[in-house]
Amino acid sequence: MGRVSIKNVSRIFKKEDKSSTEALKNVSFDVGDGEFVCLLGPSGCGKTTLLRIIAGLETLTSGDITLNGVSITGPDPKRGMVFQQYSLFPWRTVIDNVTFGLEMQGIDKAESRKHAEKYIELVGLKQFKNSYPYELSGGMQQRAAIARALANEPEVLLMDEPFGALDAQTRNILQDELLRIWEQRHVTFIFVTHSVDEAVVLSDRIVVMTARPGRIKEIVEVDLPRPRSRTSPEVNRLRDRVLKLLEEERFHR
Amino acid sequence: MKKSFIKTIEENGIEALSLIIAIAIWQVVADKIVQNKLLLPSFYDVIVSFFAIIESGLIFTDTLTSLLHFFVGILAAFVIGIPLGIVMGWFKKANRAIDPIIEILRPIPPLAWIPFAIVWFGLTHQAAGFVVFVGMIFPIIINTYTGFKNVPKVYVEAAKVLGCTRNLDLIRHVAIPSAMPSIVAGIRIAMGVGWMCLVAAEMFGVSNRGLGYQIWHNYYLHRMDFVLVYMLLLGFVGLLIDRFFRYYVDAKLLKWTSGTVV
Repeated sequence: MGRVSIKNVSRIFKKEDKSSTEALKNVSFDVGDGEFVCLLGPSGCGKTTLLRIIAGLETLTSGDITLNGVSITGPDPKRGMVFQQYSLFPWRTVIDNVTFGLEMQGIDKAESRKHAEKYIELVGLKQFKNSYPYELSGGMQQRAAIARALANEPEVLLMDEPFGALDAQTRNILQDELLRIWEQRHVTFIFVTHSVDEAVVLSDRIVVMTARPGRIKEIVEVDLPRPRSRTSPEVNRLRDRVLKLLEEERFHR
Repeated sequence: MKKSFIKTIEENGIEALSLIIAIAIWQVVADKIVQNKLLLPSFYDVIVSFFAIIESGLIFTDTLTSLLHFFVGILAAFVIGIPLGIVMGWFKKANRAIDPIIEILRPIPPLAWIPFAIVWFGLTHQAAGFVVFVGMIFPIIINTYTGFKNVPKVYVEAAKVLGCTRNLDLIRHVAIPSAMPSIVAGIRIAMGVGWMCLVAAEMFGVSNRGLGYQIWHNYYLHRMDFVLVYMLLLGFVGLLIDRFFRYYVDAKLLKWTSGTVV
């Protein structure tokens, strides 16, 4: 189960010269168990900061975030994360990357390898399980990173623009695969993106944020049936609506 | 067997030819032009001397003695230098505490420690090892420290969200492997410095055996052919150590970097 509840979260970054930046202001929303939510907003709106706070890699200035009713205080394998940068450990092969979290839990080697192989197969990297990250393309590295996060069987998977560095075609393929994985595994997804297309194709709800300081501008329900076409009139209408919301932000600044 | 021999000659023809010509020039210059064994022993003299020390067995005792000095130094430098570099690279406060001391000691040439090496350890293997240690420890500390400073933040964060949160685990499972290329580069630099310090230490009387000692000893006897043999031996042993280390490290520890530009 993975219910995330975000209540009145603010984050102010203080610099050494006493000046401060307000990154997030009074952000509140709930993410249901097994829901796919995208955080969308202009760059610098604090969406990544919010995701990092949920991951426990960043602290909040005020407010509270809970997972299944328990406040988040630091990183925990229950909340997996996939980063925008390539984050596979280059000194470990694909399978050793995927077993990393299991090793940390103290699961013995043979068992964790067996477990890891399931997830490597799920992301379609079976042939490459003994390859080092430098031998993989960017898309394959992100697949492996997803498998690594999933192998810990997290309740929530946090994704920080994981496909941002990939080319458009690889991006589309990985989006489809991510949805397939999401349907197979009962995991809550919180996905940060700056791409309206990506948000519309993937999510149940899109949390659109304002420019700095980041607040919630609107939460858009996406009640389109899956699998979604990328070019159907309904999708285009929704895309148009979200784009207009973002454009308003641009002129407000 | 024969085929592969011919192939080796074909492949390394230019290198072999260049070596042969260099030796020939040396022989001719020494034998026909200089004609003075003190100023320049010929290739032939050196070979004769080389077999003389093999026959007397001196070559083995001296080489092993020098290697022993070297490994005393390298072991001490590892045991002290790597943990120090790790602590300085990982904990900011430790760096602030240790760095000033290191910065004061570091510019002192290792050979300046020779008197204290003798006073503290006497004419022992430890004394020569100590001088090697002083030469080796700073490159090791600094490269370990640099490697730790440059561990990409994303690896540490990725490890944290995967459940690796304790400092000790992060150091062991993330920082050390990530810093390994830098640590290894430091060790290689250190080995070069250590080898030089070793010879100097043995020459200046920290030891009464060893390759460096023999160079000085034979200089007193004006046997420059032996001096040259020991010089060449030092070069070859140094080269072998470096090659062996590189081979081992590249094959075992740094396999994963083969795709990256170091």
